Amino acid sequence: MTIGLLSAVTFLPAAGAVLLAFVPRRAERALRGGALAVAILTFLVSLGLYTGFDAGRADYQFQENVPWMPALGVGYHLGIDGISLLLVLLTTFLTPLALASAWQAIEDRGKEFVITLLILESGMLGVFVSLDLFLFYVFWEAMLIPMYFVIGVWGGADRIYAAVKFVLYTMVGSVLMLVAILALWVQHGTATGTYTFDLPTLARWVVPTGPAQTLMFLAFALAFAIKVPLFPFHTWLPDAHVEAPTAGSVILAGVLLKMGTYGFLRFCLPLFPDASVAFGPVIFALGVIGVVYGAWVSTVQPDLKKLVAYSSVSHLGFVMLGIFTFNVQGMAGGLIQMVNHGLSTGALFLLVGMIYERRHTRLIADFGGLWKVVPAFSAVFLVVALSSLGLPGLNGFVGEFLILVGVFQVNPWLAALAATGIVFAAVYLLWMYQRVVFGELQNEENRRLVDLTPREWAVLVPVVALIVGIGVYPTAFTGLTEASIEALIAQVQAKASVALGPLPR
Amino acid sequence: MTPIPAPPIAVGTLLPTLIVVGTALLVLVLDLLPPRGDKAHLGAVTLAGLVGALLATLTAWGGRGRGFRDMVVLDNYALFFHVVIGYAAALVVLVSMDYVRRAGAESGEFYGLVLFATAGMMTLASANDLIVVFLGVELMSLSLYVLAGLFKRRRESSEASMKYFLLGVFASAFLLYGIALLYGATGSTNFDRIAAAGAAAPGDPLFVLGLGLLLVGFGFKIASVPFHMWAPDVYEGAPTSVTAFIATGSKAAVFAALIRLVIAGLRPPPPDATTVLWVLAAATMTVGNVVAIAQSNLKRMLAYSSVAHVGYMLVGLVAGGASGTGAVLFYLLTYTFTTVGTFGVIALCERAGEEAVAVRDYAGLGRRHPLLALALGLFLLSLVGIPPLAGFVGKFYVFGAAVRAGYVVLAVVAVLNSALAAYYYLRVIVYMYMQEPEGAPASLAPSLAGGLALAIALLGIVVLGVMPAPFVDLAQAAVAPLLR
Repeated sequence: MTIGLLSAVTFLPAAGAVLLAFVPRRAERALRGGALAVAILTFLVSLGLYTGFDAGRADYQFQENVPWMPALGVGYHLGIDGISLLLVLLTTFLTPLALASAWQAIEDRGKEFVITLLILESGMLGVFVSLDLFLFYVFWEAMLIPMYFVIGVWGGADRIYAAVKFVLYTMVGSVLMLVAILALWVQHGTATGTYTFDLPTLARWVVPTGPAQTLMFLAFALAFAIKVPLFPFHTWLPDAHVEAPTAGSVILAGVLLKMGTYGFLRFCLPLFPDASVAFGPVIFALGVIGVVYGAWVSTVQPDLKKLVAYSSVSHLGFVMLGIFTFNVQGMAGGLIQMVNHGLSTGALFLLVGMIYERRHTRLIADFGGLWKVVPAFSAVFLVVALSSLGLPGLNGFVGEFLILVGVFQVNPWLAALAATGIVFAAVYLLWMYQRVVFGELQNEENRRLVDLTPREWAVLVPVVALIVGIGVYPTAFTGLTEASIEALIAQVQAKASVALGPLPR
Repeated sequence: MTPIPAPPIAVGTLLPTLIVVGTALLVLVLDLLPPRGDKAHLGAVTLAGLVGALLATLTAWGGRGRGFRDMVVLDNYALFFHVVIGYAAALVVLVSMDYVRRAGAESGEFYGLVLFATAGMMTLASANDLIVVFLGVELMSLSLYVLAGLFKRRRESSEASMKYFLLGVFASAFLLYGIALLYGATGSTNFDRIAAAGAAAPGDPLFVLGLGLLLVGFGFKIASVPFHMWAPDVYEGAPTSVTAFIATGSKAAVFAALIRLVIAGLRPPPPDATTVLWVLAAATMTVGNVVAIAQSNLKRMLAYSSVAHVGYMLVGLVAGGASGTGAVLFYLLTYTFTTVGTFGVIALCERAGEEAVAVRDYAGLGRRHPLLALALGLFLLSLVGIPPLAGFVGKFYVFGAAVRAGYVVLAVVAVLNSALAAYYYLRVIVYMYMQEPEGAPASLAPSLAGGLALAIALLGIVVLGVMPAPFVDLAQAAVAPLLR
């Protein structure tokens, strides 16, 4: 039996975790170094997916399909297309950075920490590469537990509350999705005689329009909306982000939230096109509310981490808008914005974590005048903040621009409203930056701060390089996805019984 | 007066049960012989007997043995349950060996009673006649009443025994009355003839009443709402390894009889009966989970959680058919491994010479005994239903069968319940990994046999979770003879 490239990428971190379990707890450096090596190796192997990927094809590539529970139609079916490729790469890219960022921050139970993080990586990768609903659900649920431990064991003062809230919130959404998966399985089985959980097979079939499709769509959508999080399901996010350790926040913002938006793209749209179109306006409205509300709430946060957390609500609102435009620009923008958000928000959390390690506070009011003390930190911070607010030339601009182009075709007024989100992003990010970095150095404790260490440089440089890279040459990334997105739109159009024109104005 | 002809003796159909009974008698005799001080060898003999019974079971697989005028059958269905019960008993004995010695209660009676209870459970699994059902229930229950009171000097243990006994005989009375009414309605105690008579005269009040009373009796034995009141007190007071046996073996055995009666006796099941089971299932899982949240004693919490798990199994029974019934069997298998494992960990932990039963006692266990905490954590996650562990696959099959049979609302109730349950199971994990102990923490009472039991149970929940297909096929093959 040969192991396919996708399986290798997915299970390499977990295999590494199992090996590390046998390393004695005292050998801390070996544990950290080993975990980092495993994560970097996973990234390098995943580059094979990038180089081997044929951007001209819209179908799934690197497929592996082995029967798992044939009696039920469950298969071990993996595969990626342009949509999942970027997210797989984002995951393998961010995990080593998260591990490196925790080099000193995690002092207690370092062995368990690196093992948990690696298992988490396997779970996340599995979500993105599964083409079988059962397998997808297994990864989707399984990855909750390591994240629960990351928040609950290594988090801040209120970590237990945040961890339990995170799990329960997510679980309520996903168990309903389980029923919907089963219902879909039964519907397909009774209609065609083949009981299967295979996504491509199910997606080829047209789910009959009607209340059943609506209910199944809503169950899927609830699970994904909680994960995104779409307003008003976002209340777990600030708690989880604030309490999680830096590495956890990076993974949470960088990858976990994308599972929600990815779920909409991969499952909701192709499986339930009618319901997706019908509920498009609702999701549009919630998306716009999220964009504006998230930005407003960010503005008034006194805590850096909370500010970044609420900014995620705003940014993910943009992504949702892009996905539900049902046009190529909007969807491609949404997808690239998922990656951008992972990079820039991940980097923001890394920077906040670095300053927290030095000062043990995250309150904006405790800082001011950092430019004079830590110029390098401040410069990187500026680039990342500008990327997050969508400055042309950096990555954030590309995604938001494409999304707004897409939204404009659907409804110019909504586009205008969403665009205010960008303005507010400039407000909260620049105002925060001004209070933290500029001005007089008022707090004496800030005078002794040390600038970026070589390890921190090593963590930040790759992110900043990509931030600039995507900004300058976005085609390298959007080009990978276009074929898949066009195929997805064609699929929705072909299957939806209602004409897929512009949404009602 | 014509003499009543003696039924032909068909020892083969009772072989696994007879091996267990024989071992029990052997243990009782050996108990009287030297060495009088040390009883460890009795545990070994017990295990050997159980392994022998399991082997006898495996050789009989695929057969269709019937004996004693169709009172006893040895079909795949019975054999599947024999395996589940045999595993439960063997793991319980492994967990008990050091546990009862530590409590100063190791004795020949203990092993003998475990074996007699096992024999009763096996009898239930192969019963095809209400009289045999009653025989099995009584043999099992009487042994368990005594086992619950094994720790004579502990007040809770005696209370548990007394309570279990008093409420248990009540349930037996209901059972007996139901049997009498069914006999009155159909003129037979044989399942096949009851089924035929029931189909010939549907809605006969005597028949319905008899079935209802039987359901009350069974409901008590499996601790389904509203007959679950005894469970928390008995689970809490009984010795932990006995609790594990009550929670797994006795439930599996009574379910075996219940399913055989419902599937074979009610064909097609009248809509009313399905509605009753629907309500029972929904109430059982909801009450179990909601009340479990409020518990601070781990054994009480697990008692309510096991009530909830009965609710999930009833969901499969409501779904019915090959897929629903097969799902219940598979669920019982996963539940047995998980539950014995969970109680096994508790049996290995002690605090200041006492059993560590408060959830608090487990604070910081993850730091002091990483392996034990990992094991308990995995068992609890399997109870929550987190993939890729056995509990998830069990739930998946049961809920899948329910959705397939059209009971979507019940499936929604069930999944929301399992999300609710996550809260209290995870709370134990919170204590183990995220809290520091106050005062003297729970410590580990080393036990090689107990460790072996935990390892087997862990292996079980991982294998059943990752490679469920062959075991599901077994469960399906087991229910096939019922649905002919």
